[in-house]
Amino acid sequence: MFTRKRTATGLTAAALLAACGTPLMGPQPLPQGLNLGRVVTADEIKAWDISISPSGAGLPPGSGSVKQGAAVYAAKCEACHGANGAGKPADALVGGQGTLASDNPVRTVGSYWPHATTLFDYVRRAMPTNAPKSLTDSEVYAVSAYILQLNGIIAQDAVMNAQTLPQVKMPNRDGFVDFSEKK
Amino acid sequence: MKKESVIANQRPAAPESRSDSPSLAPRRVFLARGVQAAGALAAGGMASTASAQARATESIGAQLPSWMTTEGAPMRAYGQPSKFEEPVKRLVGQPFGKLTPGAGVSFTPLQSLNGTITPNGLHFERHHGGVPDIDPARHKLLIHGLVKKPLAFDVAALMRYPMVSRTYFIECSGNSFRNTLPQAQDVACGAIHGLLSCSEWTGLPLAVLLNEAGVDAGAKWLLAEGADAAGMSRSIPLSKALDDTLIALYQNGERLRPEQGYPMRLVLPGWEGNMSVKWLHRLKLTDGPTHTKDETSRYTDLMRDGKARQFTFEVGVKSVITQPSGGMTMQGPGLYELSGLAWSGAGRVAKVEVSADSGATWRDAMLQAPVLSKSMTRFRLPWNWNGAPAMLQSRATDEKGNVQESRSAWNALYSPGNRYHNTMIQTWAVSADGSVKNVYA
Repeated sequence: MFTRKRTATGLTAAALLAACGTPLMGPQPLPQGLNLGRVVTADEIKAWDISISPSGAGLPPGSGSVKQGAAVYAAKCEACHGANGAGKPADALVGGQGTLASDNPVRTVGSYWPHATTLFDYVRRAMPTNAPKSLTDSEVYAVSAYILQLNGIIAQDAVMNAQTLPQVKMPNRDGFVDFSEKK
Repeated sequence: MKKESVIANQRPAAPESRSDSPSLAPRRVFLARGVQAAGALAAGGMASTASAQARATESIGAQLPSWMTTEGAPMRAYGQPSKFEEPVKRLVGQPFGKLTPGAGVSFTPLQSLNGTITPNGLHFERHHGGVPDIDPARHKLLIHGLVKKPLAFDVAALMRYPMVSRTYFIECSGNSFRNTLPQAQDVACGAIHGLLSCSEWTGLPLAVLLNEAGVDAGAKWLLAEGADAAGMSRSIPLSKALDDTLIALYQNGERLRPEQGYPMRLVLPGWEGNMSVKWLHRLKLTDGPTHTKDETSRYTDLMRDGKARQFTFEVGVKSVITQPSGGMTMQGPGLYELSGLAWSGAGRVAKVEVSADSGATWRDAMLQAPVLSKSMTRFRLPWNWNGAPAMLQSRATDEKGNVQESRSAWNALYSPGNRYHNTMIQTWAVSADGSVKNVYA
């Protein structure tokens, strides 16, 4: 990429050819390790690093209650996911526990998702679809609490935060078989 | 006759000794008919010339189509297909309609294409939050987490790295989901199997950048994240990232299309398409998988016992006849070329067998060279259709000995609700009236 003026190098093919004495490197591939990356600071990384692992690493400060979550849900989620997370037109978020081995499995947050941290991660980055990444961290904790409570997984008075959310035991936590080492 | 032998050298005859299916004709017959047809065309042309000469006062253009007698369109800066090919386009599916128009799929019209490379404008799409309109001057790739030196690369920097070109298919994990539904859908091949495309990808091995950042000993996975509205993210084993994973910048010679990840995407050869993260902007080295939404609630395979297989990355061996296929109509009894696509995430396709009797008997199809690893392979076989109802199937075997599964074997394993990683054999029913239809057999 050295013939277009908008590149960082500013070099042109003509300039390279004209550089009398610049050694050509022969038919072997260019050596690896051009090291054109810029070393970044921890502060820069913080703004980008939004993924949450099941351990809870990466969860931000803030907290939200079931009641607060019901208000967030009514304002931001219900139009697509239905009253009480029943679904339609978008996915159902509630119900389906005990159906996975049946001929009509219903996969929801409550019946299928193995980790509560995934709920926080996904809602914060992708929901609502008309304004993703617009909820505050406390709103995401709250709406996560509401959906978990609708599924009977946490109590009505529960509060979700960086400490409590990773401790939630999802009903289908042991329902997955890791095939990453298999074919 | 000399012409025939030249053609025969280029395209070896299909094995005849294995013929236990009389309706599947040896290729030599097909070639002989082709020569006769060419002769007939030549004779017709001579008659027409004679007729024109008889009317010596007329200009030579009098009997010719207008495109031979008027100047054609001028050059244009970026070409488009013929207007007569307008019907050849992707089938767009928007499961949530106007609520989230950017979340959905579009299917490659496999039944209208030939060869193995998918045109860029027809490569299938799967978006979770629409196609972002990314300014490459403001896009960065961040590599961080369990590395010695977290690094950010701008696009111009990556464009300076030594590049490689590799031809790989990409297949969506949900491809062929329609054939997991209770009733067979009477739709075209692409509407069933068209979440599948194949391109020459050019870019740099991901390993080059990971080595520059210096991977810590404790790193076993990495999280790849896109810069789209959905922030689509997947966990990838470090071993795959260091093996054959590419950061692709070009697709079939031109820069990636926006819907294919402009300005950069991952390409994980042979693995489910969702992992080839588009609009790539962040790679985080981790000690384990992150368990993102798209590797837990989605793209996991629910089994009959209610357990789900997670991280089933490699695409299974698979094939489908594209010509003829669902929705087409045969032009009466006679010779046809059966043609289709075969692929495997495990490597090269070793064999494709074709049946015209629902799997009772099989014949080996010709595999068109070059047969590349984790790429699409075109197979061909002449078929002398006698006008009777037929049930066409293809069955692929890869170089590792994996054989494409039957419908019954697949159904015995997976939950009726599973829609992912469907590799079962496709059946096209040809009726006596020549219509071709998707059926379950």
